[in-house]
Amino acid sequence: MSWVADHLGDILWYAGQHTLLAGIPLIVGLLLALPLGWLARRYSRLYGVIIAGSGLLFTIPSLALFILMPLILGTRILDTLNVYVAMTLYTLALLVRTVAEGLGAVPDSTRQAATAMGFTGMRRLLRVDLPLAIPVIAAGLRVAAVSNVSIVSVASLVGFPQLGYYLTDGYQRTFPTEIAVGIVGCVLLALIFDSVIRAGAWAVTPWQRVAR
Amino acid sequence: MLINIGGWLTDPTHWTGPNGIPTRVLEHLLYAGISLLFSAVIAIPLGIVVGHSGRAKWTISIANSLRAVPSLGLLFAVALWLGPKIASSLAYVIPSVIVLVLLAVPPILSGTYAGIQGVDPAARDAAQGMGMRGGELLRKVELPCALPLLLSGIRGATLQVIATATIAASISLGGLGRYVIDGLSVSDYPEMASGAILVALLALAMDGILALVQRFAVSPGLSGKFRNTPGNRPVVSTTARGDAATEPASPTDRADDQREALV
Repeated sequence: MSWVADHLGDILWYAGQHTLLAGIPLIVGLLLALPLGWLARRYSRLYGVIIAGSGLLFTIPSLALFILMPLILGTRILDTLNVYVAMTLYTLALLVRTVAEGLGAVPDSTRQAATAMGFTGMRRLLRVDLPLAIPVIAAGLRVAAVSNVSIVSVASLVGFPQLGYYLTDGYQRTFPTEIAVGIVGCVLLALIFDSVIRAGAWAVTPWQRVAR
Repeated sequence: MLINIGGWLTDPTHWTGPNGIPTRVLEHLLYAGISLLFSAVIAIPLGIVVGHSGRAKWTISIANSLRAVPSLGLLFAVALWLGPKIASSLAYVIPSVIVLVLLAVPPILSGTYAGIQGVDPAARDAAQGMGMRGGELLRKVELPCALPLLLSGIRGATLQVIATATIAASISLGGLGRYVIDGLSVSDYPEMASGAILVALLALAMDGILALVQRFAVSPGLSGKFRNTPGNRPVVSTTARGDAATEPASPTDRADDQREALV
């Protein structure tokens, strides 16, 4: 415990790095997934391509993707951009499906009612379809957040500093405390991400709270 | 850079001996196969029992919450704890296989559970009406109906195991991860990139094979190939599985399983 107290500053710094590496791709991935998911929903041919593409992407192990990123981006092996892009791709692949599913789950009767009330095109999408898809999208976002936190720790094998550093360093020095700090840190961070997303989804879907 | 990788991959010395590509591929498949076998033996019966009785659902929750634990941390913790207790050459293999099993159980368990639980009660009733009981009902109706989700779980677990076996090279396990980790330790980019490419190809190939198995093993009555013929409606409706946030049988969970496999 005293080791933790002595290194609290470092631990928080690594946790901050971890939050950035896992969180920024989550936001960028969501922003990209919204239009792509809508397109996939709109054009059924595109849907097949997007589902197949995201399936292929999921198949590639994260360590392999981190290492192959410089080939695609022309970056150096230790460029943080590699992790950001790789994590964004994973997030995007997961969320495109979720967004498409969420938009698809809006009942037809609701859509027709909205149309009858004068909602058309983009306005109906933004004011009716998208809000109703939030619970599904939030569920996907939570899955993505938890797995992002876990995957980012793997990047410590390549040498990117975040909480995963304590895992590799603890193993190399045969120091279980450090490994415990790494694991607990990752789990806590995943829990924080999860609660934030839940709270956010709760805040923007007041109709879900009305007794049904 | 690409030429260097091409050179590394086509160098004949990298295709023979104990550190040759064929040996490493076989090792990788061996670790993955053993781990999947163990986890299937644990997870499938458990999933059947829980899905059937609806009791002990906490096992599913525990298995799912295990997913938040970083696999790298699990690997190092188990290796550090068990490694010194095993004197033989298996000192790295046993901890790795334990971790691989721990990671492969949740997807198979939740797939089996969701599959058994999602069997259309009407199909079960009909089978009982035809005189099927217990084991026969399970074998002839429930398991075939649960097969699509069960196989999805196994697919997710396979990807997870292949990915984590790569990482396990950092605790001295063999397999294709060796090239990645050894390449990293001496900053040999062609070697690590070749390892990464080989692992990605292996994962894609295994997923492709399992997709084919899924296609041929699942009864046509379920996969919807007869959808246009009246009276041959799929027994398991894919639309009637409820809320994606809570229901394990939702399509998001399929993505979830796969997603988990990257770690």
